[in-house]
Amino acid sequence: MNVGLVGLALLMFAVTYPSRAIPLLAPAFERLPPRALEYLRLVGPAVLGAIAASQVLLTTGAGGHPTFHVGIDAVAVLACAALVAWRRNLFLGLLVAVVVAAVARALGAG
Amino acid sequence: MTLAQGAEPGAPTLRAARRRLLFDMLGIVASAAGFGVVFGLTARANGFSPIEAVAFSVMVFAGASQFIAAGMIGAGFGWPAVVVLTGLVNSRHLLYAAALGPWLRDRPRGERALMAHVLTDESFALSLVHFRRLGFADRRGYWLAAIGGVFIPWNVATVVGVLGGQVIPDPRVVGLDIVFPAAMAGLAVGLATGRREVVAGVAAVGIALVVGLAVDPRAGVLAGGFLGPVAGLLVPRRDPAVPEADELPADPASFSVPNRSDDGLAP
Repeated sequence: MNVGLVGLALLMFAVTYPSRAIPLLAPAFERLPPRALEYLRLVGPAVLGAIAASQVLLTTGAGGHPTFHVGIDAVAVLACAALVAWRRNLFLGLLVAVVVAAVARALGAG
Repeated sequence: MTLAQGAEPGAPTLRAARRRLLFDMLGIVASAAGFGVVFGLTARANGFSPIEAVAFSVMVFAGASQFIAAGMIGAGFGWPAVVVLTGLVNSRHLLYAAALGPWLRDRPRGERALMAHVLTDESFALSLVHFRRLGFADRRGYWLAAIGGVFIPWNVATVVGVLGGQVIPDPRVVGLDIVFPAAMAGLAVGLATGRREVVAGVAAVGIALVVGLAVDPRAGVLAGGFLGPVAGLLVPRRDPAVPEADELPADPASFSVPNRSDDGLAP
Protein backbone atom coordinates (compact mmCIF):
# COMPACT_ATOMS: atom_id res chain seq x y z
CA MET A 1 0.00 0.00 0.00
CA ASN A 2 1.32 3.44 -0.95
CA VAL A 3 2.41 5.62 1.99
CA GLY A 4 4.29 8.36 0.17
CA LEU A 5 1.76 11.05 1.00
CA VAL A 6 2.19 10.43 4.73
CA GLY A 7 5.26 12.64 4.43
CA LEU A 8 3.13 15.42 2.96
CA ALA A 9 0.67 15.00 5.83
CA LEU A 10 3.57 15.48 8.25
CA LEU A 11 4.64 18.67 6.49
CA MET A 12 1.07 19.96 6.53
CA PHE A 13 0.93 19.18 10.24
CA ALA A 14 4.19 21.08 10.70
CA VAL A 15 2.72 24.26 9.20
CA THR A 16 -0.68 23.90 10.87
CA TYR A 17 0.27 23.04 14.44
CA PRO A 18 2.16 26.27 15.28
CA SER A 19 -0.88 28.43 14.58
CA ARG A 20 -2.90 26.21 16.89
CA ALA A 21 -0.30 25.92 19.61
CA ILE A 22 1.72 29.12 19.88
CA PRO A 23 -1.03 31.25 21.46
CA LEU A 24 -1.82 28.42 23.86
CA LEU A 25 1.78 27.76 24.88
CA ALA A 26 3.76 30.99 24.54
CA PRO A 27 4.24 32.73 27.90
CA ALA A 28 3.51 36.13 26.32
CA PHE A 29 -0.05 35.02 25.68
CA GLU A 30 -0.60 33.97 29.29
CA ARG A 31 -0.71 37.44 30.80
CA LEU A 32 -2.40 39.68 28.32
CA PRO A 33 -3.59 43.20 29.18
CA PRO A 34 -7.34 43.62 29.72
CA ARG A 35 -7.78 45.44 26.41
CA ALA A 36 -6.31 42.47 24.56
CA LEU A 37 -8.56 40.12 26.50
CA GLU A 38 -11.56 42.19 25.52
CA TYR A 39 -10.43 42.03 21.89
CA LEU A 40 -10.11 38.26 22.11
CA ARG A 41 -13.54 38.00 23.68
CA LEU A 42 -14.93 39.52 20.48
CA VAL A 43 -13.03 37.16 18.19
CA GLY A 44 -15.59 34.36 18.63
CA PRO A 45 -18.68 36.06 17.20
CA ALA A 46 -16.54 37.83 14.59
CA VAL A 47 -14.75 34.85 13.10
CA LEU A 48 -17.73 32.50 13.30
CA GLY A 49 -19.96 35.08 11.61
CA ALA A 50 -17.32 35.64 8.94
CA ILE A 51 -17.03 31.92 8.25
CA ALA A 52 -20.80 31.46 7.99
CA ALA A 53 -21.24 34.47 5.70
CA SER A 54 -18.40 33.57 3.37
CA GLN A 55 -19.61 29.96 3.15
CA VAL A 56 -23.14 30.77 2.07
CA LEU A 57 -22.90 34.19 0.41
CA LEU A 58 -19.73 33.80 -1.66
CA THR A 59 -19.41 31.30 -4.45
CA THR A 60 -16.43 30.73 -6.69
CA GLY A 61 -17.36 30.46 -10.34
CA ALA A 62 -15.65 28.64 -13.15
CA GLY A 63 -13.20 31.49 -13.60
CA GLY A 64 -12.08 31.17 -10.00
CA HIS A 65 -13.38 34.64 -9.10
CA PRO A 66 -15.66 34.84 -6.06
CA THR A 67 -19.14 36.24 -6.57
CA PHE A 68 -21.92 37.30 -4.21
CA HIS A 69 -24.86 34.94 -4.20
CA VAL A 70 -28.00 34.71 -2.07
CA GLY A 71 -29.57 31.30 -2.39
CA ILE A 72 -31.36 28.72 -0.33
CA ASP A 73 -28.19 28.08 1.69
CA ALA A 74 -28.29 31.64 2.99
CA VAL A 75 -31.99 31.34 3.79
CA ALA A 76 -31.38 28.11 5.71
CA VAL A 77 -28.49 29.60 7.68
CA LEU A 78 -30.49 32.74 8.46
CA ALA A 79 -33.35 30.56 9.68
CA CYS A 80 -30.94 28.74 11.98
CA ALA A 81 -29.50 31.99 13.34
CA ALA A 82 -32.97 33.42 13.92
CA LEU A 83 -34.11 30.30 15.75
CA VAL A 84 -31.02 30.31 17.95
CA ALA A 85 -31.62 33.97 18.78
CA TRP A 86 -35.27 33.28 19.56
CA ARG A 87 -35.25 29.87 21.22
CA ARG A 88 -31.61 29.56 22.34
CA ASN A 89 -31.54 26.10 20.83
CA LEU A 90 -28.77 25.30 18.35
CA PHE A 91 -29.97 21.78 17.60
CA LEU A 92 -33.42 23.02 16.63
CA GLY A 93 -31.81 25.67 14.42
CA LEU A 94 -29.62 23.11 12.67
CA LEU A 95 -32.54 20.77 12.16
CA VAL A 96 -34.63 23.51 10.55
CA ALA A 97 -31.68 24.59 8.37
CA VAL A 98 -31.15 21.05 7.10
CA VAL A 99 -34.86 20.55 6.39
CA VAL A 100 -35.12 23.89 4.58
CA ALA A 101 -32.08 23.11 2.41
CA ALA A 102 -33.08 19.52 1.69
CA VAL A 103 -36.71 20.33 0.85
CA ALA A 104 -35.76 23.32 -1.31
CA ARG A 105 -33.28 21.25 -3.27
CA ALA A 106 -35.75 18.40 -3.63
CA LEU A 107 -38.17 20.92 -5.12
CA GLY A 108 -35.47 22.21 -7.44
CA ALA A 109 -35.05 25.53 -5.66
CA GLY A 110 -31.51 24.90 -4.41
CA MET B 1 -11.48 21.90 35.28
CA THR B 2 -10.42 25.44 35.99
CA LEU B 3 -12.83 26.70 38.62
CA ALA B 4 -14.15 30.20 38.44
CA GLN B 5 -13.37 32.71 41.10
CA GLY B 6 -16.72 34.25 41.80
CA ALA B 7 -18.85 32.05 39.62
CA GLU B 8 -22.17 33.71 39.26
CA PRO B 9 -25.46 32.65 40.71
CA GLY B 10 -27.76 31.50 37.98
CA ALA B 11 -24.97 29.96 35.95
CA PRO B 12 -25.96 26.47 34.82
CA THR B 13 -24.56 23.54 36.72
CA LEU B 14 -21.69 21.67 35.17
CA ARG B 15 -23.87 18.66 34.45
CA ALA B 16 -26.56 20.79 32.78
CA ALA B 17 -23.97 22.66 30.73
CA ARG B 18 -22.37 19.42 29.55
CA ARG B 19 -25.78 18.08 28.64
CA ARG B 20 -26.32 21.22 26.60
CA LEU B 21 -22.91 20.80 25.02
CA LEU B 22 -23.81 17.25 23.99
CA PHE B 23 -27.01 18.56 22.46
CA ASP B 24 -25.09 21.26 20.57
CA MET B 25 -22.64 18.62 19.37
CA LEU B 26 -25.23 16.45 17.60
CA GLY B 27 -25.36 18.51 14.44
CA ILE B 28 -21.58 18.95 14.42
CA VAL B 29 -21.08 15.19 14.68
CA ALA B 30 -23.42 14.64 11.73
CA SER B 31 -21.63 17.30 9.70
CA ALA B 32 -18.14 16.00 10.52
CA ALA B 33 -19.18 12.46 9.70
CA GLY B 34 -20.83 13.45 6.42
CA PHE B 35 -17.87 15.45 5.19
CA GLY B 36 -15.37 12.94 6.54
CA VAL B 37 -16.91 10.41 4.18
CA VAL B 38 -16.70 12.91 1.33
CA PHE B 39 -13.05 13.56 2.15
CA GLY B 40 -12.36 9.82 2.11
CA LEU B 41 -14.00 9.55 -1.29
CA THR B 42 -12.15 12.62 -2.58
CA ALA B 43 -8.84 11.27 -1.33
CA ARG B 44 -9.40 7.93 -3.00
CA ALA B 45 -10.46 9.60 -6.23
CA ASN B 46 -7.18 11.55 -6.19
CA GLY B 47 -5.05 8.46 -5.72
CA PHE B 48 -4.62 8.34 -1.95
CA SER B 49 -4.26 4.98 -0.27
CA PRO B 50 -6.36 4.38 2.88
CA ILE B 51 -3.27 4.89 5.07
CA GLU B 52 -2.50 8.21 3.38
CA ALA B 53 -6.09 9.42 3.72
CA VAL B 54 -6.18 8.50 7.40
CA ALA B 55 -2.77 10.12 7.95
CA PHE B 56 -4.20 13.37 6.59
CA SER B 57 -7.23 13.24 8.86
CA VAL B 58 -5.23 12.33 11.96
CA MET B 59 -2.17 14.57 11.48
CA VAL B 60 -3.54 17.59 9.63
CA PHE B 61 -7.09 17.39 11.02
CA ALA B 62 -8.27 20.50 9.18
CA GLY B 63 -11.02 19.80 6.68
CA ALA B 64 -10.70 22.69 4.25
CA SER B 65 -6.96 22.30 3.79
CA GLN B 66 -7.35 18.52 3.42
CA PHE B 67 -9.84 18.95 0.57
CA ILE B 68 -7.62 21.54 -1.09
CA ALA B 69 -4.57 19.31 -0.75
CA ALA B 70 -6.36 16.29 -2.18
CA GLY B 71 -7.47 18.32 -5.17
CA MET B 72 -4.01 19.78 -5.70
CA ILE B 73 -2.34 16.39 -5.49
CA GLY B 74 -4.83 15.02 -7.98
CA ALA B 75 -4.13 17.97 -10.29
CA GLY B 76 -0.40 17.34 -10.12
CA PHE B 77 0.75 20.23 -7.92
CA GLY B 78 4.02 19.81 -6.06
CA TRP B 79 4.29 19.42 -2.30
CA PRO B 80 5.68 22.93 -1.64
CA ALA B 81 2.57 24.58 -3.10
CA VAL B 82 0.33 22.33 -1.01
CA VAL B 83 2.27 23.04 2.18
CA VAL B 84 2.32 26.82 1.68
CA LEU B 85 -1.40 26.94 0.94
CA THR B 86 -2.10 24.74 3.96
CA GLY B 87 -0.22 27.16 6.21
CA LEU B 88 -2.21 30.10 4.86
CA VAL B 89 -5.60 28.39 5.06
CA ASN B 90 -5.00 27.16 8.59
CA SER B 91 -3.56 30.41 9.94
CA ARG B 92 -7.04 31.30 11.25
CA HIS B 93 -6.35 28.88 14.10
CA LEU B 94 -4.12 31.58 15.59
CA LEU B 95 -7.25 33.54 16.43
CA TYR B 96 -8.97 30.55 17.97
CA ALA B 97 -6.00 29.60 20.11
CA ALA B 98 -5.49 33.20 21.22
CA ALA B 99 -9.15 33.47 22.23
CA LEU B 100 -9.09 30.19 24.17
CA GLY B 101 -5.67 30.80 25.69
CA PRO B 102 -6.85 32.88 28.67
CA TRP B 103 -9.37 30.18 29.56
CA LEU B 104 -6.89 27.33 29.37
CA ARG B 105 -3.78 28.96 30.80
CA ASP B 106 -4.08 27.06 34.10
CA ARG B 107 -3.84 23.70 32.36
CA PRO B 108 -0.45 21.97 32.22
CA ARG B 109 1.60 22.85 29.14
CA GLY B 110 1.59 19.24 27.97
CA GLU B 111 -2.17 19.14 28.03
CA ARG B 112 -2.41 22.48 26.23
CA ALA B 113 -0.03 21.12 23.59
CA LEU B 114 -2.42 18.22 22.99
CA MET B 115 -5.44 20.48 23.10
CA ALA B 116 -3.89 22.57 20.35
CA HIS B 117 -3.83 19.71 17.87
CA VAL B 118 -7.59 19.15 18.08
CA LEU B 119 -8.47 22.84 17.85
CA THR B 120 -10.76 23.31 14.85
CA ASP B 121 -13.53 25.69 13.81
CA GLU B 122 -16.09 23.42 15.42
CA SER B 123 -14.26 22.60 18.65
CA PHE B 124 -13.44 26.29 19.13
CA ALA B 125 -17.05 27.32 18.69
CA LEU B 126 -18.49 24.57 20.88
CA SER B 127 -16.00 24.94 23.71
CA LEU B 128 -16.04 28.75 23.79
CA VAL B 129 -19.83 28.78 24.08
CA HIS B 130 -19.59 26.05 26.74
CA PHE B 131 -16.97 27.97 28.77
CA ARG B 132 -18.91 31.21 28.60
CA ARG B 133 -22.10 29.45 29.54
CA LEU B 134 -20.39 28.10 32.64
CA GLY B 135 -18.15 31.06 33.42
CA PHE B 136 -15.08 28.86 33.65
CA ALA B 137 -13.02 26.51 31.51
CA ASP B 138 -14.20 22.92 31.67
CA ARG B 139 -11.36 20.77 30.36
CA ARG B 140 -13.56 17.70 30.01
CA GLY B 141 -16.00 19.76 28.03
CA TYR B 142 -13.18 20.82 25.70
CA TRP B 143 -12.07 17.23 25.12
CA LEU B 144 -15.65 16.13 24.65
CA ALA B 145 -16.26 18.78 21.99
CA ALA B 146 -12.93 18.33 20.23
CA ILE B 147 -12.55 14.55 20.36
CA GLY B 148 -16.13 13.32 20.60
CA GLY B 149 -17.66 16.02 18.46
CA VAL B 150 -15.11 16.27 15.68
CA PHE B 151 -11.95 14.14 15.82
CA ILE B 152 -13.58 10.73 16.13
CA PRO B 153 -16.44 11.31 13.66
CA TRP B 154 -14.08 12.91 11.14
CA ASN B 155 -11.54 10.09 11.28
CA VAL B 156 -14.01 7.21 11.38
CA ALA B 157 -15.87 8.75 8.44
CA THR B 158 -12.62 9.20 6.53
CA VAL B 159 -12.00 5.46 6.84
CA VAL B 160 -15.57 4.72 5.74
CA GLY B 161 -15.25 7.05 2.77
CA VAL B 162 -11.90 5.81 1.54
CA LEU B 163 -12.88 2.16 1.91
CA GLY B 164 -16.38 2.24 0.49
CA GLY B 165 -18.21 5.48 0.92
CA GLN B 166 -19.88 5.31 -2.47
CA VAL B 167 -22.89 3.62 -0.87
CA ILE B 168 -23.44 6.65 1.40
CA PRO B 169 -25.58 9.49 -0.01
CA ASP B 170 -24.00 12.83 -0.92
CA PRO B 171 -24.27 15.18 2.11
CA ARG B 172 -25.69 17.87 -0.20
CA VAL B 173 -28.65 15.71 -1.14
CA VAL B 174 -29.78 15.35 2.48
CA GLY B 175 -28.86 18.95 3.36
CA LEU B 176 -25.95 18.04 5.66
CA ASP B 177 -23.63 20.49 3.91
CA ILE B 178 -25.65 23.31 5.48
CA VAL B 179 -24.86 22.13 9.02
CA PHE B 180 -21.38 23.65 9.16
CA PRO B 181 -22.23 27.25 8.15
CA ALA B 182 -25.50 27.07 10.09
CA ALA B 183 -23.66 25.89 13.21
CA MET B 184 -21.09 28.67 12.83
CA ALA B 185 -23.88 31.27 12.47
CA GLY B 186 -25.88 29.83 15.35
CA LEU B 187 -22.89 29.72 17.67
CA ALA B 188 -21.94 33.28 16.67
CA VAL B 189 -25.45 34.40 17.62
CA GLY B 190 -25.07 32.56 20.92
CA LEU B 191 -21.86 34.45 21.63
CA ALA B 192 -23.32 37.83 20.67
CA THR B 193 -24.49 38.80 24.13
CA GLY B 194 -23.82 42.54 24.06
CA ARG B 195 -23.53 45.49 21.72
CA ARG B 196 -19.81 45.04 21.28
CA GLU B 197 -20.20 41.40 20.28
CA VAL B 198 -23.01 42.21 17.86
CA VAL B 199 -21.01 45.02 16.24
CA ALA B 200 -17.92 42.79 16.05
CA GLY B 201 -19.94 40.03 14.38
CA VAL B 202 -21.77 42.27 11.93
CA ALA B 203 -18.60 44.15 11.02
CA ALA B 204 -16.75 40.86 10.53
CA VAL B 205 -19.46 39.63 8.16
CA GLY B 206 -19.25 42.82 6.10
CA ILE B 207 -15.46 42.79 6.01
CA ALA B 208 -15.39 39.09 5.15
CA LEU B 209 -17.72 39.63 2.21
CA VAL B 210 -15.92 42.70 0.85
CA VAL B 211 -12.43 41.20 1.19
CA GLY B 212 -13.71 37.82 0.07
CA LEU B 213 -15.08 39.34 -3.15
CA ALA B 214 -11.99 41.43 -3.76
CA VAL B 215 -9.35 38.85 -2.87
CA ASP B 216 -10.43 35.41 -1.74
CA PRO B 217 -13.08 34.02 0.64
CA ARG B 218 -10.41 32.62 2.98
CA ALA B 219 -8.67 35.98 3.16
CA GLY B 220 -12.08 37.49 3.88
CA VAL B 221 -12.57 35.23 6.90
CA LEU B 222 -9.17 36.18 8.27
CA ALA B 223 -9.74 39.89 7.69
CA GLY B 224 -13.18 39.73 9.28
CA GLY B 225 -11.86 37.74 12.22
CA PHE B 226 -9.05 40.22 12.86
CA LEU B 227 -10.86 43.50 12.17
CA GLY B 228 -14.38 42.72 13.39
CA PRO B 229 -13.32 42.80 17.05
CA VAL B 230 -11.62 46.17 16.46
CA ALA B 231 -14.99 47.56 15.35
CA GLY B 232 -16.55 46.04 18.46
CA LEU B 233 -14.01 47.75 20.70
CA LEU B 234 -15.01 51.12 19.25
CA VAL B 235 -18.52 50.74 20.67
CA PRO B 236 -18.96 52.55 23.98
CA ARG B 237 -20.30 50.59 26.89
CA ARG B 238 -24.04 50.89 27.39
CA ASP B 239 -24.00 51.07 31.19
CA PRO B 240 -20.85 52.46 32.80
CA ALA B 241 -21.96 50.97 36.12
CA VAL B 242 -21.66 47.45 34.75
CA PRO B 243 -18.04 46.39 34.58
CA GLU B 244 -16.79 45.02 31.30
CA ALA B 245 -13.67 43.09 30.55
CA ASP B 246 -11.58 46.27 30.58
CA GLU B 247 -12.28 46.61 34.27
CA LEU B 248 -12.12 42.99 35.26
CA PRO B 249 -9.02 41.18 36.35
CA ALA B 250 -7.23 39.24 33.66
CA ASP B 251 -8.72 36.04 34.87
CA PRO B 252 -10.61 33.50 32.80
CA ALA B 253 -13.38 33.40 35.37
CA SER B 254 -14.13 37.02 34.64
CA PHE B 255 -13.51 36.76 30.94
CA SER B 256 -17.09 36.63 29.78
CA VAL B 257 -19.99 39.01 30.18
CA PRO B 258 -20.94 39.86 33.74
CA ASN B 259 -24.62 39.06 33.35
CA ARG B 260 -24.76 35.38 32.60
CA SER B 261 -28.54 35.20 32.49
CA ASP B 262 -28.59 36.05 28.81
CA ASP B 263 -25.24 34.59 27.92
CA GLY B 264 -24.95 32.47 24.86
CA LEU B 265 -27.11 29.42 24.60
CA ALA B 266 -27.76 29.02 28.27
CA PRO B 267 -30.64 26.72 29.10
